[in-house]
Formats: sequence, structure tokens, C-alpha cells
Amino acid sequence: MTPAIQIQQVHKRFGAVQALCGIDLEVAPGEFFGLLGPNGAGKTTLINILAGLARADSGSVRVLGHDVVTQYRDSRRALGVVPQELVFDPFFSVRETLRIQSGYFGLKRNDAWIDEVMHHLDLTGKADANMRSLSGGMKRRVLVAQALVHKPPVIVLDEPTAGVDVELRQGLWEFVRGLNRAGHTIVLTTHYLEEAEALCARIAMLKQGRVVALDSTSNLINRRDSLYLRLRLAGAALPAALTSRVRDSRDGAHTLRVRSYAEIEGVLAQVREAGAQIEELELLQPDLEDVFVQIMQEANG
Amino acid sequence: MSGFGTLLYKELLRFWKVAFQTVGAPVLTTLLYLLIFSHVMQGRAPVYGEVPYAAFLVPGLVMMAVLQNAFANSSSSLIQSKVTGNIIFVLLPPLSYWDFFAAYVLASVVRGMVVGAGVLLVSLAFVALSFEHPLWILAFALTGSAILGTLGLIAGIWAEKFDQVAGFQSFLIMPLTFLSGVFYSIHSLPAFWQGLSRFNPFFYMIDGFRYGFFGVSDIDPALSLAIALANLLIFAAITLALLKRGYKLRH
Repeated sequence: MTPAIQIQQVHKRFGAVQALCGIDLEVAPGEFFGLLGPNGAGKTTLINILAGLARADSGSVRVLGHDVVTQYRDSRRALGVVPQELVFDPFFSVRETLRIQSGYFGLKRNDAWIDEVMHHLDLTGKADANMRSLSGGMKRRVLVAQALVHKPPVIVLDEPTAGVDVELRQGLWEFVRGLNRAGHTIVLTTHYLEEAEALCARIAMLKQGRVVALDSTSNLINRRDSLYLRLRLAGAALPAALTSRVRDSRDGAHTLRVRSYAEIEGVLAQVREAGAQIEELELLQPDLEDVFVQIMQEANG
Repeated sequence: MSGFGTLLYKELLRFWKVAFQTVGAPVLTTLLYLLIFSHVMQGRAPVYGEVPYAAFLVPGLVMMAVLQNAFANSSSSLIQSKVTGNIIFVLLPPLSYWDFFAAYVLASVVRGMVVGAGVLLVSLAFVALSFEHPLWILAFALTGSAILGTLGLIAGIWAEKFDQVAGFQSFLIMPLTFLSGVFYSIHSLPAFWQGLSRFNPFFYMIDGFRYGFFGVSDIDPALSLAIALANLLIFAAITLALLKRGYKLRH
């Protein structure tokens, strides 16, 4: 089966900076794929190369089997990109913008689909408003609509919920999930690890132009074979035997590392024997943020 | 390929939406030049034997408006798109570099012709003109606006700031237009400057354009047209090469 996206040995240098050093990635059709990494890791460069906005120094990139340089017409038709920056053309209204975008892809009578996309993104009321008059959230929704006018099978979203209010974020998540359920391949870059954890089935982590982790989200999270127990005690201090488990202590509450559910019983027993009472107890599941931070630190060498 | 059609439509719509600024203002400015210069130069010896100075001036002014507006259309559109970032909407779709080139240049030609026609119509209210060879007028107007549209595209591609486009316009385009015989016949210049004028590509466009009005010119119009077309081919080839390489557009 042809991968939705196939990136092979891509290198890219900007002047003195090596932005990408030998990236190998494959995204299967219908996947919801996350691309994470700190600023400067090369995520946007990789997306730009995918979209034809930049050209790799070496290596090959294919979208649904079409090379992005030699078969750019087919590859670009298969790809929809939602950029990170809120860019727009101030001369046109929302509907004009979407019609023009459709026209660029050779779609002359696209009004029915445009109306449907606007409806799903709650833009119908602003269809004839000038782009300049829209709020930031609405401009972002128009960007999403622009990426969808040609019904691309592969959609890339570059930090789509950066600076977005909670309601819109939830709305966008639902919308993109719907697209994925309908069969579109989604590639998402984000700094919100909570978002990646909630949406993506598989994740690649980039650091300084290299892939430092590539696995399913659940595998990545389970790498950290720790649970955390957050305890606030009264009556006695934390027993000395438990201090090696402490990850951090804040506002009088200690966060302890626990290797499995079975160990919890032993920890609580030690607390009881020390004569302390438990005022607060919370069990924290590992999350992607822990994994991410650990992997990034490991990648430092 | 309707991608090209849409880009052309968008470029035309863009300048039409601000027609006051893109068509109205140049027409008014050129009219002012006409009125002031013809008033100041009243009583000056007629050019080409019998053509009054005001009548001699009009074709030069029309051509100047055509050339400057054709340049402004493509250069300003492209630099605005690049600086604001919405150029990506044109770079993401499957448009070929030929589509890109043709749409921007054609839109510049339309803008040039519209402004030129506007200036001409308004001038007719003040000056009587003859139209000896209208086909030559059309040929030079089209070729001239195509050349300047192409140059505007080069400027827009190369520049990274508005300032640089303005520099291109002020230090290259304007001097070349002003010193190409718009306001005077080059015969009135000393021999050295006359010779130098012949190296100015704009001179041939204006000279040939004027031939279409008065049936008289310094250079044989066929030769002028050939030189103009050769210029067009050279600039077009450069632009297409830049677009194909993705110079400053696709890094």
C-alpha cells in the first residue's frame, strides 16, 4: 500500500544551520500522525519541503507516491496545508478567498463543497465579510477551510491551536477527528503535548533535525514505567526510606515514583508506620509530557 | 488550466478593487503633467515640423503611464504577498511556473492598457491627436506593458522589502522612462546624449508608439518593435528561469 507520506534521507541546510539531517519517516494512509519537537527542531522545514515551499538538499519526499519535486502537480493536489501564521489576502471576503483557492486547484464550480466546509467550521455567517474584519479564531478557521477546498486525502496542520481559546480548540479537535474518521490522513505538529496525546495514534519527535523517537502514542507513554503518587501528609514527615522515590515536593505535597500499582500498598504502609496521616492522595498517570522531556534530555547526549 | 485563469482573475480583481488608486490616480497625474508642460512649453517650436508640442507630448505620457503601471502591478502585488505571507496560497497549489508567469504578466498588461486608454481618452478632451497607424500603437503598447510587467515580476521576486521595490522603481524604471524621449525629441539633445539614449530600451518603445500617432519617428518602427520584442524575450527567459529555480520563492 502506498504510504500517504514517504520521507527518505532528507537533508536541508540554511546557510550555516543544518535544519534537517537525514530524516526518514513514513505515514500510512488514514493515520493520525503527530510531529513533535522543540522550536528549531525542523518540523516546519519538513512541512515546507513536503508542500513544495522549500526544496530539500538531498533525499526524496513523496505524497501518495508522487514525488514532491518531479510530480509536484499530483503531490500538491493530494495535500492540504494549514499554515501556522494567520496569513490572509486583505482584498477579499471569506467566500472569495475560498473560491479563488478552489480555482487555483482547477475547481470551477465548488460552491456546494465550499458552503458545506463553511458550515462545519461555523463560517457561514461571515461568508461575505472581508478577511480583515475577522477575529483571529475565525481567520484560523478560514485557513482550515482553504486547506480543504480541494478535498485533499492528506492534510497537514502546523500548530493549529496555538493561541486559540478552549472552545475553538475543542471544536477544531472534533472537526479534525471527523476528517480522520472519514479517511483523511492527518499530520499534526504541536507544542501542546496534551493535544498530541489526545489526537495522534503515532508520533515522531524531532530534535535538531533528527528523529529521536518514532512510535505509537501508547507505546511512548508506556515507556515511562512509572506511576506517580502525590501525597500530602500530616502528623509526621515523609519516612526516610521513601525520599529516594521523590520526584518533586511542592506546597507541602510530595510526588513519589511508583513502579507499579502493586507497589502503592507498600508505600502507604510505610507512611502509616511512620505515624503520618494522609491528608491528600492522588494517583498520576504518566503522560506524554514526561516522555517528551525525558527523550529530549536523552537526545542531548 | 483553470489554475492560471484563477490567478489572472485574482490579479485583475486585486487592482480593480482599488481602481481609484490603480487607475484613477495615474490618469490624473498624467493629465497634470500634460496640462502643466503644455502650458509652460507654449510657443515652443513644433516638433517633427508641424506637430504642436502638446500633441507631441501626449503619446509619450500615455506610454509612460502604460509602462509605469504595468511595472507597478506585478511588482507591488508580489512584494505585498511575500511580505504579508499570503504568497503561500499561490505556491501551495499545483500551478506551474508558466501559469505563474503568464498570469502576473497578463494582469500587468491589462492594467497598463486600461490606464493608458484612460489617459488617452482624457487627453483627447484637451488636445487634438491624429492616429496614423493604430496597429503600431497597439503593438507597442502591448509589447511595452508586457516588458514592464515582466520586469515588475523580476523586481517582486528579487526584493525582500517594499523599500527594494521602490528603489527598483525610482532608480531604474523612472529614470529610464523620463530619459527616453517622453518630453522631448532626442534630436534636441547633444550628439553624445543622443547616442546614449539609443541604449535605453524604453526609447524604442516610445519612439515606435509615437510613430503610430504621427507617422514620423526617429527610428524605423519595424526595427523598434524588433528590439522591443527581443528585450521581452530576454526578460521573459530570465524570469522563467528564476521561477523554475524557485529563486527566493521556494527556498
